Amino acid sequence: MENLIALLVAAPLLGAAVLLCGGRRLDRAGHWLGTLLAAASFGIGAALFADMLGRGADDRTMRQHLYSWIPVEGFQADIAFQLDQLSMTFVLLISGVGTLIHVYSIGYMEHDERRRRFFGYLNLFLAAMLLLVLADNYLLLYVGWEGVGLASYLLIGFWQHKPSAATAAKKAFLVNRVGDMGLSIAIMLMFTTFGTFAFRPVLASAGETSEGMLTAIGLMLLLAACGKSAQVPLQSWLGDAMEGPTPVSALIHAATMVTAGVYLIVRSGAIFNGAPDAQLVTAIVGAVTLLFGAVVGCAKDDIKKALAGSTMSQIGYMVLAAGLGPIGYVFAIMHLVTHGFFKAGLFLGAGSVMHGMNDEVDMRKYGGLRRYMPVTFVTFGLGYLAIIGFPGLSGFFSKDRIIEAAFAKGGTEGWILGSVALLGAAITAFYMTRVMLMTFFGEKRWQPAPDADAAADVEPSAGHRPGEMPHPHESPKSMTVPMIVLAFGSVFAGGFFAIGDRFLNWLEPVTGYEHGHPPVSALTVTLATMAVLAVGVAIAWAMYGRRPVPVTAPRGSLLTRAARRDLLQDDFNHVVLVRGGEHLTRSLVYVDHSLVDGVVNGTAASVGGLSGRLRKLQNGYARSYAVSMFGGTAILIAATLLMRAV
Amino acid sequence: MSTATAAHGLWALAAQAPVDRIPAPHIEYAQLSPTLIVVGAAILGILVEAFVPRRGRYPVQVFLAVAALASAFAAVVGLAVSGHAGEKAQIAAMGAVAVDGPALFLQGTILLASLVAVFTFAERRLDPAAHGNRVDSFAAQAASVPGSDSEKAAVKAGFTTTEVFPLAMFAVAGMLIFPAANDLLTLFVALEVFSLPLYLLCAVARRHRLMSQEAAVKYFLLGAFSSAFLLFGIALLYGYAGSVSYAAIADVVDGTTAHMDPALADTMGNDALLLIGGALVLMGLLFKVGAVPFHMWTPDVYQGAPTPVTGFMAAATKVAAFGALLRLLYVVLPGLRWDWRPVMWGVAIVTMLAGAVIAVTQTDVKRLLAYSSIAHAGFILAGVIATSAEGVQSVLFYLGAYAFVTIGAFAVVTLVRDAGGEATHLSKWAGLGRRSPLTAAVFAVFLLAFAGIPLTSGFSGKFAVFKAAAEGGAGALVVVGVISSAIAAFFYIRVIVLMFFSEPKADGPTVAVPSPLTMTTIAVGVAVTLVLGLAPQYFLDLAGQASTFVR
Repeated sequence: MENLIALLVAAPLLGAAVLLCGGRRLDRAGHWLGTLLAAASFGIGAALFADMLGRGADDRTMRQHLYSWIPVEGFQADIAFQLDQLSMTFVLLISGVGTLIHVYSIGYMEHDERRRRFFGYLNLFLAAMLLLVLADNYLLLYVGWEGVGLASYLLIGFWQHKPSAATAAKKAFLVNRVGDMGLSIAIMLMFTTFGTFAFRPVLASAGETSEGMLTAIGLMLLLAACGKSAQVPLQSWLGDAMEGPTPVSALIHAATMVTAGVYLIVRSGAIFNGAPDAQLVTAIVGAVTLLFGAVVGCAKDDIKKALAGSTMSQIGYMVLAAGLGPIGYVFAIMHLVTHGFFKAGLFLGAGSVMHGMNDEVDMRKYGGLRRYMPVTFVTFGLGYLAIIGFPGLSGFFSKDRIIEAAFAKGGTEGWILGSVALLGAAITAFYMTRVMLMTFFGEKRWQPAPDADAAADVEPSAGHRPGEMPHPHESPKSMTVPMIVLAFGSVFAGGFFAIGDRFLNWLEPVTGYEHGHPPVSALTVTLATMAVLAVGVAIAWAMYGRRPVPVTAPRGSLLTRAARRDLLQDDFNHVVLVRGGEHLTRSLVYVDHSLVDGVVNGTAASVGGLSGRLRKLQNGYARSYAVSMFGGTAILIAATLLMRAV
Repeated sequence: MSTATAAHGLWALAAQAPVDRIPAPHIEYAQLSPTLIVVGAAILGILVEAFVPRRGRYPVQVFLAVAALASAFAAVVGLAVSGHAGEKAQIAAMGAVAVDGPALFLQGTILLASLVAVFTFAERRLDPAAHGNRVDSFAAQAASVPGSDSEKAAVKAGFTTTEVFPLAMFAVAGMLIFPAANDLLTLFVALEVFSLPLYLLCAVARRHRLMSQEAAVKYFLLGAFSSAFLLFGIALLYGYAGSVSYAAIADVVDGTTAHMDPALADTMGNDALLLIGGALVLMGLLFKVGAVPFHMWTPDVYQGAPTPVTGFMAAATKVAAFGALLRLLYVVLPGLRWDWRPVMWGVAIVTMLAGAVIAVTQTDVKRLLAYSSIAHAGFILAGVIATSAEGVQSVLFYLGAYAFVTIGAFAVVTLVRDAGGEATHLSKWAGLGRRSPLTAAVFAVFLLAFAGIPLTSGFSGKFAVFKAAAEGGAGALVVVGVISSAIAAFFYIRVIVLMFFSEPKADGPTVAVPSPLTMTTIAVGVAVTLVLGLAPQYFLDLAGQASTFVR
């Protein structure tokens, strides 16, 4: 069975190669090929999963060694895979949700003439993401890490004719580079510390290493995770990344790629366990981000950006849990999986709404859609209930466990982290209810499609005429079926995982588990969560359910206005980094021009001048040449004799 | 009747004489076979000129030259494989010629370089046909006065100078002996044997005949001048040591000579003879390698000579001359190391810097390559000065690498043409990369190799030479070498920038499509450049095995 692991990556990679190199001949069938290969990957994953279930808990890790990439004494870079329970979870999530989103894209991208390329990129993403979670060493993981970054860049900027999309892609890429630097530094530190970067030896010997080094590695890994998973302070790219087609937002920027940071932290658990400071920073980053994203999500009128804020916030929960150490690793991953279901479902629902509404994204111009798009309404609604943690649904189980774990951290830290997590749950309930109400309830606030100038700026899949009123309609089967499947996951996955601690038992051999020291009983936490949930929903109802929603956004409070600007993150980056960077480069350029260039140009000029003068010696007369030879010989002899004399 | 009897008497007298009075020269024909094959081909080539009808000469001459060079190379490989490069190395032909590792390595290099150079000699597709006859780079009739009626008649009749092939063979034969010469007279004879044909070859360009003849005359005059110095140096050394044999002179220099007669005892103390003689011989060899201040002929001759000849000369002469220089310094004068090393330091530094600096303002691609060859001579001298096995190894490797880059580069120069023949002015090369990307890219590879950019043979060679020099205690020399490399990189890269980043001129040259002959030359050049750049170790090892001189 081990030999099948490489096929997991190879299938979508083949798809990407064929689709991207195949040319126009594949335009008609390309999307089917891409979907088929994604499904094949899922099929192989399922087969491996069945095989894995048949083994004992300690015997579940499978390895496959393909070849040694750089076999040098003291530096072994292997192309080798490791499939354990943690990787398996990701494989099923990535290939499963990935396949569903391929199917969805068949309908969503139907009118796009570059659909083949789109599927090629999607397959490329799957291959890179699977490589990331299957690698058995950090170097190969890094390859996958960069690969998903590339795929993300290509897909955010898929509609590259829109300047906003091109800019967003560039922004995502640049911000991610900051995180990537962290990962590469971490890998280098590992190599100097452990002499290798394979998971097994590194993690096994982490306990014998100094805490300072582990903290350094851990913080660098956290920096990497912040970049990829859009955590404060590297969160600014995720909102703009919504410029990409909606299936991309669902797959890459909600369900899978952005969770790679969580995977990295959990995978490197042994390093973080030995570095309590790094752990605490991780938990704080998670806590800050979960509030940050939630606040941003409250203020956005663009449905996808509101969901993006929510994604940021939910990943904040996961990072918080991962920062708790063995108390939280399992729940971080569990929330990651359930979030993968309901957030992907929500995004697909948003895409379906946009599909029916002339690609309008402003929720203030929606309203009352539940009657026109029943399937979308129900699946989106189930996703909504799941994310706010409605009792019995997926989010209830997974989020609740994270809040409990945060309290169980113990001490003042535990109280603070737990309270933040609880507050986040309330805000989540508020902003998700707001999205729900503004979109599906209330009166119709539909607006005619923008005029021709602006229409050039919207998604080309639209196929609508300017000035036309939207005719909301249910989306085709290829789009609704994946939404229904994901809705099932949103409803049942959490319960399935949590009841009888199935997920805990499954992952515990890899990540370890501690119960911690909960200061209050689990029931108390659950009840408190229910209470804040009710408060959040009630406030949202009071603000958006009972009162009509204005089509143009009101000015709003200072906080609202700041939140609309993503809590001034771009302004901060602009003032501090861009301006600062400009000043730095300007002064460097000044030094370069005046000092360095002066020296260089001066040298060049003097060499050129010397050359011009020496050139005149070459006057073309054989007699001058002979004189030079004669003089040279004389000097030669004189020098030889002089050497002897000295 | 009486005369017959007298004759008989003489024979009888000869037969009765003791055998050891007139020793029959003992010649190891097998060990000299590479040279003998090439000399044989040269003589056959002259007979071909005399007896084969004009139409048939070209194919016969080309075949003869290629076959001779290939079989001579096979003979060199055979000798090397059978151990003559190592434990069976010895001095053949009565002490006149050494058959050892350096000799065989350099002979192999010269033969291969000459082989690809002969391909460019034989190229007949670059120029448009004159009166229905395919023409090569050489004058229709070298003896006719440029612009005269006789020249026009010769062109109309479709004459070609197929004599260049036997001339080249004679030159190759001399070059094969030159690095193997083991006494000063053989050295001098070999020098003249390869120099005289080269003077002639320089004079027979088809285009710009006056410039070609001027180059030949300058080369001849200055060559004769330097030969005179060399010969005077030989005389002084003979006066000092009483012998022209390398080994004998070395013994006298070291003071380990076995036969001490009164005359020798008298001269041995006179170091002025030794030092001045050695310096003069050194000067003769430095002239051939083109070291400053004996370099002045190089740019004029490189520019004036037919470009295939320039490529051949630049590559093969340099290999042969450095071989002879190595043997002189390592076999004859190692005892004088502390005298000649500082002097050679100076020569190397001046050569590197002057070659690189003057090249900066050149505007003609052939002159540019000439100054580049001067700078490279300086780099190789740095390896020579190392006076270690690594030094010999690095110089051997550098020579092999440099020979093929040079021939390839000059072969590319033959392709870029306008109405007046080759367009060698650099301004005409502007934008070549836009119009003929492949040609420009190939030339760029050669330029990068000249500049010593990694992944080309130039880098491996320069690295080896500088490493040997640094380990041999010539660190300052390496610093100067690196500085001149940096200066040199400027003008190489400038040509690349000119080719790829300038707008092509409207009346710019065209790139001729060559026959497979020139293509082979260029392809071999590129291949060797890249192979020696990417995987130099095998060839470095080979050069290392061949780095011991027999004494």
